[in-house]
Amino acid sequence: MSELATYNFAYLDEQTKRMIRRAILKAIAIPGYQVPFASREMPMPYGWGTGGVQITAAIIGPKDVLKVIDQGADDTTNAVSIRAFFQKVANVAVTTHTADATIIQTRHRIPEAKLKENQVLVYQVPIPEPLRFLEPRETETRKMHALEEYGLMHVKLYEDIARNGRIATTYAYPVKVAGRYVMDPSPTPKFDNPKMHLSDALQLFGAGREKRIYAVPPYTEVVSLDFEDHPFEVQRFDKPCALCGAEEVYLDEVILDDKGGRMFVCSDTDHCEDRRAHGHVGAMLATEAAE
Amino acid sequence: MYVAVKGGEAAISNAHRLLADRRRGDRSLPAIGIDQIVAQLTLAVDRVMAEASLYDRALAALAVRQSRGDMIEAIFLLRAYRTTLPRFGYSRPLDTAAMKIERRVSATYKDLPGGQLLGPTFDYTHRLLDPSLLTDAPVEEAMLRPAEGERVMRVSEILAEEGLIEGDGELPLDHEIGDLTREPMEFPMARDLRLQALARGDEGFLLALGYSTQRGYGRSHPFTGEIRIGEVEVELDVAELGFAVSLGPIQVTECQMVNQFKGSAKAPPQFTRGYGLVFGQSERKAMSMSLVDRALRAGELGEDITAPAQDEEFVISHSDSVQSTGFVEHLKLPHYVDFQAELDLVRRMRRDYEAGRDAGNDAITEAAE
Repeated sequence: MSELATYNFAYLDEQTKRMIRRAILKAIAIPGYQVPFASREMPMPYGWGTGGVQITAAIIGPKDVLKVIDQGADDTTNAVSIRAFFQKVANVAVTTHTADATIIQTRHRIPEAKLKENQVLVYQVPIPEPLRFLEPRETETRKMHALEEYGLMHVKLYEDIARNGRIATTYAYPVKVAGRYVMDPSPTPKFDNPKMHLSDALQLFGAGREKRIYAVPPYTEVVSLDFEDHPFEVQRFDKPCALCGAEEVYLDEVILDDKGGRMFVCSDTDHCEDRRAHGHVGAMLATEAAE
Repeated sequence: MYVAVKGGEAAISNAHRLLADRRRGDRSLPAIGIDQIVAQLTLAVDRVMAEASLYDRALAALAVRQSRGDMIEAIFLLRAYRTTLPRFGYSRPLDTAAMKIERRVSATYKDLPGGQLLGPTFDYTHRLLDPSLLTDAPVEEAMLRPAEGERVMRVSEILAEEGLIEGDGELPLDHEIGDLTREPMEFPMARDLRLQALARGDEGFLLALGYSTQRGYGRSHPFTGEIRIGEVEVELDVAELGFAVSLGPIQVTECQMVNQFKGSAKAPPQFTRGYGLVFGQSERKAMSMSLVDRALRAGELGEDITAPAQDEEFVISHSDSVQSTGFVEHLKLPHYVDFQAELDLVRRMRRDYEAGRDAGNDAITEAAE
């Protein structure tokens, strides 16, 4: 039993990595198509990033620099845990700086800084099927994709507008990739959808429990579904980040006290720190300085 | 001022240190040993082996200890180890007729070749708490008789002689046995993959589904043809040798459910079968598995599919405890980015709603004036 502790580089055995790489290649060849793969049990629970971890494990090499974020932040517990996992099993360099990373594994956000050609963004995906909540059966949804039968999705969005006056989908907002497949961008806020379009970086999506991998190759069209008279729009925040003053970024709402005090700060912690290091000051920091 | 939340790393390491402390518990008590778990919590160990699909009592016991007795956590630990093991090959089909039987009961025949053997069962015990187990009171040795070592025919073979029961399931000759752990699942599945999924499926889930078929949701009129528990040899074909070698015995529980069947457009009136096979001693699981297996054959036998237990995609997609627990428990991970998006939407819709209501009120007031 003492031999238990030996695991291969990046945990997975080489055969498994090869199988995953094949699935990734197929996914890249057919942008937005969900490729079934023989997902393995990982030493973290399903639903906690096993798909993303398997992709990262399959593509990571000793010279890679890894960044892991959850909710945009490097220091959320699950991001810390996944980063520590790769430090342990692959002994790779890690970073919190978006610009320095070669692989960025993410849950729920796309970094604010524009990604580059030498970077891969790995998404953790809970439910890869954009049609799942309209049709629970995999046998049906695969048929719908094959026939490019996406009417149901448009009806859903239309019903949103009829009922609420607007499209009531705020995250995991469906996109059409390269004019063919409707794809779930994972539960990122729709604020991030435009960043996927014609991105310089390769985007890989892994769903471990659902055993699917899909991809958006660099410079691929990613269009959020909408209607001519109800065009797609992203969330806007009334105020800039209270710490770094950034506008046009996604903000987290932080409750400050029990009297309704609240503030808005960058969800992307690296972006916020970087801006502050470059002398940008938000309202709250300015007040502190004045006091 | 507000400082962004930091310290995930230190918090995790402290939490794990506390977990290790709680796992060990009161240091004045001796730590529980792996061999004690194997010997005295055998059925817990068996369940972990079965649902992890790895036959190794010591490792399963280690997992039980490491998980503080949380069965699903233990199954998860053992699965995550199993998945890293290299695949040397595939064993030959087990010959359960050649089983060294410790227990064998049939509910369809009063007596039958090979006899009824009760074995180590909870059946017919009165479920009264036994104070003698509070102490280490001596326990009598069991009375055993030497094994006869003869092949014990299966109940299905008895019925088969009269042609009243369907044969063993058959797959096309060119069908390669699937491997759930190496190939992605696809629906509809062949029965080999379905049985693999059921064999590692959650005992509680299969129990409830099996129970539901008895209560009318996909009724299959079952009789326990036979349950047998004992040791069978595992044999592996070794390409270099050209013959099969024994890897040693494993303990399994096998259940054959015999189901009344009136016949359909696809099949004549006959008895049909549901099959269950589980590592170790686990009658409840083997019986549940065979009920669900039979229910899932509805399509193949031309029966109407009306109940959850007959719905392959529903059953197989939700039967795995490691998958279920992971996804349910992931809800405790932070979701504040998405929640922020929803918060924003609800606030906006609320503003619209209130604006609409106020406008409506104004109109009413005006009309009244």
